[in-house]
Amino acid sequence: MSVADPILRRGEVTIRDLSKSFTLNGRRLNVLRGIDLAVGGGSSLAIVGPSGCGKTTLLRVLAGLEEPDAGEVLVDGSPVHGIGHQRAVIFQEPRLLPWLTVLDNVAFGLEVRGTPRRDAREKALRYIRLVGLAGFETAFPRQLSGGMAQRVGIARALTVQPEILLLDEPLGALDAMTKLTMQEELARIWQEESVTMVLVTHDLEEAIFLADRVLVLSKDSAIPPRLIDIDLPRPRDRSAPAFVELRKTLMAGFGLH
Amino acid sequence: MTLQSLDPVVFRPISWAALLQAGRTTARAALSRYGLLAAFLVFWEGASSLGWLNATVFPPLHLIVAALWDGLASGALVDDIAISLQRAGLAYAAAIVLGIPLGLFMGQIRAVEQALDPILQFFRQTSALALYPVFILLMGLGEASKVFVIFWATLFPILLATIGGVKEVDRKLVEMARTYGATRATVFLRVILPASVPQIFVGLRLSATTALLLLIAAEMIGANKGLGFQVMNAQYNFQIPLMFAAIFLLALLGLGANYALVTLQRRLCRWADAA
Repeated sequence: MSVADPILRRGEVTIRDLSKSFTLNGRRLNVLRGIDLAVGGGSSLAIVGPSGCGKTTLLRVLAGLEEPDAGEVLVDGSPVHGIGHQRAVIFQEPRLLPWLTVLDNVAFGLEVRGTPRRDAREKALRYIRLVGLAGFETAFPRQLSGGMAQRVGIARALTVQPEILLLDEPLGALDAMTKLTMQEELARIWQEESVTMVLVTHDLEEAIFLADRVLVLSKDSAIPPRLIDIDLPRPRDRSAPAFVELRKTLMAGFGLH
Repeated sequence: MTLQSLDPVVFRPISWAALLQAGRTTARAALSRYGLLAAFLVFWEGASSLGWLNATVFPPLHLIVAALWDGLASGALVDDIAISLQRAGLAYAAAIVLGIPLGLFMGQIRAVEQALDPILQFFRQTSALALYPVFILLMGLGEASKVFVIFWATLFPILLATIGGVKEVDRKLVEMARTYGATRATVFLRVILPASVPQIFVGLRLSATTALLLLIAAEMIGANKGLGFQVMNAQYNFQIPLMFAAIFLLALLGLGANYALVTLQRRLCRWADAA
């Protein structure tokens, strides 16, 4: 079952020679240096790496929340600057407006973009159902558990029907059990919505479970990032030998066993 | 008409036991909440009537109630209430109309807030009562100085609470709104303003109390009407029951204002109560 209209979404992301540095306590930190990357329309990419490797910065540049020092980001072949309607961001925290009900929170993105309230709500209802929150439309964020709140955040992003979904450690704050359920949900939603997904995570298993390819960033920006294809059939089985083998390889790359 | 509506009405016998039980529950709740207040009033009446208290300073309650009734029936106290409400209301409304928009503006622009904060803190710490003579010099002893001193005292709590509310808005929510393409105006209307409402109400409630305080002080100096004047005047004329009647009305005014604000806040901030 697909909630989305059967339109062909593109959402191809190209990054060309992207660099970004910050100045911290008078020291210049090259967070990203000369990153080149292409994410095919409708595919999913996970960005992993140790903390401080610039994975969140890369995502924020893609979202248009940070401007790169050099290089450019292209969506469907044309360069983008700042925030654009093709992209929606899901943050680690749900970032819900506490004074709005679940329904109004989900409709918020569309309303901000100028959709009349009636239409926005109608669409929001469909996505509330998609993330499994039917019956909670009139609840306030305070009444929701962490996992439910994050589902609302996901529904809000999906409701604007972006070509590209940018996720910044979206399940990082959830407990282990909820996290596993939500990973399955994200895999299902990604397939149903045929949206391009760029996911920042520090969880290697999550990356392998969800992504077509994994970009491994290093803390030393002089070391070029590695791109690993995850050639596993979907839906993915965490206990499959190939899955376990891939996880081992990735972990070894971080010096973990 | 359908047959269903012709069904005989069932008369249920009144269950006296249940009624008694309900009454008992209500009584217990009322007792635990208002018991001490009632005991205090009974003690006052008794102690004064029996001569344990000096009845000239603390007249029995029934005399105070009688004075209150006379004052209200003759319209004398009604005029006082009206003029007091007008003074405090005008000043309070002006403080709201100026304080909330100014606070919303100042809270968002860091440079403005930083430049104005020291002077605001200075004014806030300067007692409005100490400045009353200055206002009298400037505006005379009439209505203007009275309203202005109340306005002055109520402005700062509202202004500072509003600035605080805006500054405390979660920047992450603002960023979220921006990722959906929200303009500055949309961010203000849909994120910053609603997020500041609880803080603004803190200022409004604080100011309501301050308004009544300053009202009484202002009416004790150079007024010939108003509840504050009546407290002072009744004391001069040794109409002690009338004095207490005016004090009682002032307390009632404060309770009423607070009740109205709390009710309004509950309506506007329903989301904060939901648990």
